[in-house]
Amino acid sequence: MKRCCNGPSQPEDQAPCCCSASSPSNHAESTGDSWILTYTNTPIGKVPVVSTRLTPLDHFGTAAVRLGFKRMNYAIEPGLYAVGNPHPDSPVLVSANYKLSFDHLRQELEGIDAWILVLDTKGVNVWCAAGKGTFGTDEIVHGVQATGLEKVIVHRTLIVPQLGAPGVAAHKVKAQSGFSVVFGPVRAVDIPTFLKTGMRATPEMRRVNFDLVDRLAVVPVELVQGIRYGWLPALALFLLAGINRHAFDSALMLAHGSKAVLMLLLSIVCGGLLTPALLPWLPGRAFAVKGMVAGAIPAFGIILAGWIPTGTIGGKLDASSWLLIVPALSSFVAMNYSGASTFTSLSGVLKEMRYAIPLQIAVASVGLALWIAARFFQ
Amino acid sequence: MLKYLPGVVTLQLDPDLCIGCGMCITVCPHAVFAIHEDKAEVNDLDACMECGACALNCPTEAIKVRSGVGCASGVLLGRLGKDGDCCGSQGCCS
Repeated sequence: MKRCCNGPSQPEDQAPCCCSASSPSNHAESTGDSWILTYTNTPIGKVPVVSTRLTPLDHFGTAAVRLGFKRMNYAIEPGLYAVGNPHPDSPVLVSANYKLSFDHLRQELEGIDAWILVLDTKGVNVWCAAGKGTFGTDEIVHGVQATGLEKVIVHRTLIVPQLGAPGVAAHKVKAQSGFSVVFGPVRAVDIPTFLKTGMRATPEMRRVNFDLVDRLAVVPVELVQGIRYGWLPALALFLLAGINRHAFDSALMLAHGSKAVLMLLLSIVCGGLLTPALLPWLPGRAFAVKGMVAGAIPAFGIILAGWIPTGTIGGKLDASSWLLIVPALSSFVAMNYSGASTFTSLSGVLKEMRYAIPLQIAVASVGLALWIAARFFQ
Repeated sequence: MLKYLPGVVTLQLDPDLCIGCGMCITVCPHAVFAIHEDKAEVNDLDACMECGACALNCPTEAIKVRSGVGCASGVLLGRLGKDGDCCGSQGCCS
């Protein structure tokens, strides 16, 4: 399961083969990472002290990752870090080596003295890595032993983010390493309060939410992905739009082809932006149903507004085809958004896929057939 | 609060094995469990997202759930023989 040296998180010229076997504790002092302020001396050597302020460079990295650039290659070196001026009795926070997660954590630690144990999750965030098993019991035990953490601190407690719990069995970590796991709050912003109140999380701190900001955070990535898969079909429809009964007509291609491209783009926007934004208010519980509705209403609106003239047989066929294709594609894109949500179960996703995918394919196919038929009436 | 499909979740709690330690309540991100008369009970089954945190952290293995990630593209890619990486942001990969 654990593959070495092909993880996207490996910084190129370091990390000799079999990363997990090497000790992650010895940071070279020349990494040049702008977020490392200085180094503190500990019994296991120099440990980097990280800044709690994000720089424009950090924000730029976040923006790039949010847009889908280098998303699977945004990792920091695993190992032990310090924030503030930690002592042997300071708390230890465990984190993933996805830089976005790490940035998120450290910017909440202003004025706090703590150790941060960063596990090698191959540059994946805590929750996802916990689901996949790269943020798990074994990795914590390995991280503790490889860094020599017990020489740095006097207590034997690790604060693990609650969302790591799908991969971390607290009682097994205790049995295997002697360290007690305390599950911290879901959100890093609650950590200062959690620490101040004697490591107690309120029920509110334990709950995952999915508000508008959360829902929209992944929209750029979803849209970029939709366009990545959709540009080739869009090009095909654009070229096909130039064909009529007699010949190939480039004026026809420009007039109808550009509309086809825009309607496909509309489908992606309906499923990938409109659906997440309006998620609580769209009817149905299945994402496929929500996406279908989010696609159908704008498609009807556009036809009613007369953007696709329905005076001729060709026009009627054209309009009908989009009334089918847009909701079907939007439904599909919305269904794939389920993984970005915080409340869908695998059982539920399997259930909706069983009926939604055949329907999406059937409806989109009929729509495509109507659209092709419309070419013969232009 | 957003709710997903009702009546599909595979979560099962065996009250005879439960010792009422409350670990399931600690790790659950959707407040599925509650303590009632010194034992955990399932309070809101349909809120469960089958992340598996409770089952993994139950010291007496009183909880069973088919855990997985509720991610359609992950399932699709898996069926197509690719690495089942879904990875949006918050839910799965942020």
